Amino acid sequence: MALLELHEVCKTYHLGEMDLQVLKGVTLSVAKGELVALMGASGSGKSTLMNILGCLDRPSSGEYWLDGQEISGASADERARLRNRLIGFVFQSFNLLARTSALDNVCMPLTYGLEYIHEHEMKARATEMLRKVGLADRMDHQPSQLSGGQQQRVAIARSLINRPRLLLADEPTGNLDSRTSEEILQMFRELNEKEGLTIILVTHDPEVAHHAKRTIRIRDGLIAGGAESKGEETQK
Amino acid sequence: MRAALTTLGIVIGVAAVIAMMEIGNGSAKAIQHTIATMGAYNLMVFPGNALMSGVSTGSGGSMRLTPEDAEAILTDCSSVTAAAPVVWARAQAVYNNLNWQPGNLLGTTPSFLDVRDWSEMAQGNAFTDRDVRNCSKVCVIGKTIVRMLFMDESPIGKEIRLMNVNFKVVGVLKAKGANMMGSDQDDIILAPWTTIKYRVTGVSATAAVPVATTTTSILPSQVYPAAQASLYPVPSASQQTDTPQPVRFANVNAIVVQARSADAVKPAIDETTALLRERHHIQPSMPEDFTIRDMTEMVRTMSSTTELMTTLLLIVAAISLVVGGVGIMNIMLVSVTERTREIGLRMAVGAQSGDILHQFLMEAIVLCLIGGAVGIALGRTTSVLVRMIKHWPTVVSLGAIVVAVAVSALVGVLFGFYPAWKASRLDPIDALRYE
Repeated sequence: MALLELHEVCKTYHLGEMDLQVLKGVTLSVAKGELVALMGASGSGKSTLMNILGCLDRPSSGEYWLDGQEISGASADERARLRNRLIGFVFQSFNLLARTSALDNVCMPLTYGLEYIHEHEMKARATEMLRKVGLADRMDHQPSQLSGGQQQRVAIARSLINRPRLLLADEPTGNLDSRTSEEILQMFRELNEKEGLTIILVTHDPEVAHHAKRTIRIRDGLIAGGAESKGEETQK
Repeated sequence: MRAALTTLGIVIGVAAVIAMMEIGNGSAKAIQHTIATMGAYNLMVFPGNALMSGVSTGSGGSMRLTPEDAEAILTDCSSVTAAAPVVWARAQAVYNNLNWQPGNLLGTTPSFLDVRDWSEMAQGNAFTDRDVRNCSKVCVIGKTIVRMLFMDESPIGKEIRLMNVNFKVVGVLKAKGANMMGSDQDDIILAPWTTIKYRVTGVSATAAVPVATTTTSILPSQVYPAAQASLYPVPSASQQTDTPQPVRFANVNAIVVQARSADAVKPAIDETTALLRERHHIQPSMPEDFTIRDMTEMVRTMSSTTELMTTLLLIVAAISLVVGGVGIMNIMLVSVTERTREIGLRMAVGAQSGDILHQFLMEAIVLCLIGGAVGIALGRTTSVLVRMIKHWPTVVSLGAIVVAVAVSALVGVLFGFYPAWKASRLDPIDALRYE
């Protein structure tokens, strides 16, 4: 069963008089447990598609099914709740809170959760996550005291704290050197293989895309390849 | 650092409020006290009108006030802090080869000085209650008398002659200057009322005059001879049955009363009226045999002064708090701009706009409350410093502190709301991409 499914999704921006159609009917699906790369040149609509996938934006038309729900019509607050519950984000520039310890950075998404979690349990879960990404001894460090690779690992721990269905990584290695990039990508692979986490890597780097099992290419607002998961393609 | 700067506006605002309130309240108290010494809280009880053979004598005609009335007013009326009987007389004061007609020659008790806020003496002491009981021939004189009779040498222990009675000067009153009507308040001689009543005015009615007539000057007892002659109208038979008290010879011309405060003037009048009606056995339907006058004009002056001070303080406080609030808003707006990416991130991981609003609003309120606390400390320090260095009176105002804290929280909400609202309206996509 597909975790997410886009059907004829369009996105149009209104810039004054002019309408700019960025996505021109995107149809794709990603199954549970996949590690997919989303590739495209800048200006291809890649970022817009990622924003829609991440529930940060909503499509102008078309359907978006995420985890069995049609969410293209969800309000801003409903989407915030979906993001909190279902989606983990990893950004190119890490986006950690400055002057805040790694532990508190990881705890942060929990404070916006629907159900109340005791602070003690928050800390326990955050500690667990940091251990998983190999930063058990850096928990009280602030982002400025960590290297780029360590910062990105804190960000990954943060994205996993709410046990999301989908991990959306936007150029996760863009600010890292090749060796740490390799480590981070390795970590994504392990998460995908050991825990069955669905991961979408948004990138323009073929090296990175190479780590994925499937690559979705987007060009000029349309899917240029890899829209269906291989499993489903073979079924057809 | 930035938070410290942010709170500075509120700190200054609250400190200004507290300091202004304390210094201002102190000044208002001082002004009130000054006006009080002018006699603003004073009440004068005069005997009422007597109607004799169809002729009204005007106020002061019937002599029915007694020193006991004064004592009863002091003990039974809770709004009254002092009361003294007053007997007035007119006499030429003579010392050696100088003489002077004092503007006021009053027989009274020591509490008269309390009523008039005049207890502090320039020299010597006031006469005592024992002097009043013993009819002692002592007196306290004002500065003008000292100048006119003693040519500014010390009068303590010397004797002045009033109506051929020698009075020993025991004290000199502090200079008080002219009153609101322009008459000299220091032109005064105070003596025990018993002495004035029984030795001075009592004598003048009978035999004392011829002794002095050898001199060429006209004695004041000849100029004003009649007032004392009819002091004790013989009550009619019906009057005597109406008032079963013995005929009192100790009537006084007036009783002066001091109310506790400006607000207590009205209750003091009511209590005194009720008490005197009872003591004088006046039926509910009958008119009073006394009249009470208060210093309405002065009381009005005082309340308008106080009102003015309060309004002034409020305006200053409001302005400084608004300035502080605008400062808070300014820096919160800067903060929202600077933290756009953080806001975007928080929204991306699931913060709803309400959460962001809540967070920034709380920050503004906490900043304001901290600012308020520091401001209170600073304001108190300022007012203490002002008191120590400039010797201005200050009054610790608990109300001002409570209001300052409440208002600084309110300012936090009011001026923190717009930046917080702006933060909550941000689009997470733009916010995340913001550089």
